[in-house]
Amino acid sequence: MENTFELSVTVNGTSYQKVIDPRTLLSDFLRNDLELTGTHVGCEHGVCGACTIILNGDPVRSCLLFAPQVHGQEIITVEGLGTVDDMHPLQEAFREAHALQCGFCTPGFLTTLVPWLEENPNPTEEEIREAISGNLCRCTGYQHIIDAVKLAAEKMN
Amino acid sequence: MKPAPFKYYAPQSIPEVLELLNEHGYDAKVLAGGQSLVPMMNFRLVQPAVLVDINKIPELSYIEPHDKGVRLGAMVRHSQAEKDPLIKEHAPLIHETMPQIATVQIRNRGTIGGSLAHADSSAELVVVTTALDAKFKIQNQKGERLVPAAKFFVGLLTTSMEPEDLLVEVQIPPMPAHSGWSLKEVARRPHDFALMGVAVILTLDKKDCCTEARMVYLSAGDGPISAPEATKLLIGNEITPELITAAAEKAAADEIDPGSDIHATAEFRRHLANVLTRRALEEALQRAKGGN
Repeated sequence: MENTFELSVTVNGTSYQKVIDPRTLLSDFLRNDLELTGTHVGCEHGVCGACTIILNGDPVRSCLLFAPQVHGQEIITVEGLGTVDDMHPLQEAFREAHALQCGFCTPGFLTTLVPWLEENPNPTEEEIREAISGNLCRCTGYQHIIDAVKLAAEKMN
Repeated sequence: MKPAPFKYYAPQSIPEVLELLNEHGYDAKVLAGGQSLVPMMNFRLVQPAVLVDINKIPELSYIEPHDKGVRLGAMVRHSQAEKDPLIKEHAPLIHETMPQIATVQIRNRGTIGGSLAHADSSAELVVVTTALDAKFKIQNQKGERLVPAAKFFVGLLTTSMEPEDLLVEVQIPPMPAHSGWSLKEVARRPHDFALMGVAVILTLDKKDCCTEARMVYLSAGDGPISAPEATKLLIGNEITPELITAAAEKAAADEIDPGSDIHATAEFRRHLANVLTRRALEEALQRAKGGN
């Protein structure tokens, strides 16, 4: 490849160095180059929220970033939130409150809500609805997701 | 859905950006927050040969007092402006607008300068900066110039900037004394592109007579659409409910030019404009009288 970019980035605490095509979307880089397939690709134009990741502490759309833009920065994906044996309280709450059916949207909801719950430890239902307004779910009708966020807030307090 | 190939540059200073823009001209696009540009590239609606990423230039992210108002570096992100105390105090209309723009993930990345340079006629910042008479500082290799909002937005997704120009700063003048403001919009869901919206600013004298009025519409034409005839009905008069009704009807019927699409007909958008203008004028009037 003539047109390449040498990318170094920290994802879930691990540093990676990869040579990539600059047009690689961050969502594709995470999935294809790092094989972190927890980040889901839905609409690829910033509407559905499935590809949300945490960049330097803030939730952003990974389909609206080119991978070279995160050179030298820190990313957390859904894989970095918890493990099967040691889940994040929000993940536990999602399981207990039935906040997912097919699960496609779930990584985006989790990565949106984990930083948000740290800033908003006692949210009202209205605040939760506003917080998840950038994420689409076609299964649950959102009600169980809202229940899960309330449950997570209780667990984390 | 993947973007076409491009050459990527991430310059670390403004002179380097200007040199790249001068060298590549129409082949180059500036990448700010990318929240409009990247979707367009993903759809291949735009295929720049060169992408100049200005995210590595820290000196474009300031918010400072300026001439009793504020000035913002072009790379200030929406979420930064949303939480800024200076903007809350000196640019209340901007403060109130921020949470209405897109979703939190978009606001964490999107920039003030990027939204303005993109000049989408449904963008809140485009109409709000027009209503506020904001000024835009533009640089190129030959120097810099200050362009008022009225001469910055020139049409559909078009500004008066040339390919070698870079928007570096937005200057928001102070809200005059005894002024009230309002931004009202309707979207199918909150944070979607609005079907119709209006930014209003009213200034009163000590006898509550209107001395200055601004009404600027979004999603009502190719750019931000002002309603000078409707504001003429208000200026020089004490603003009564009858006058509000007359101004809203005038603007909605004669001064805006909304289109029809799958989301709404032009007729429905005119209806929305009428209702939203009334509500916005009522709120602005109450604030101008000190109600806030």
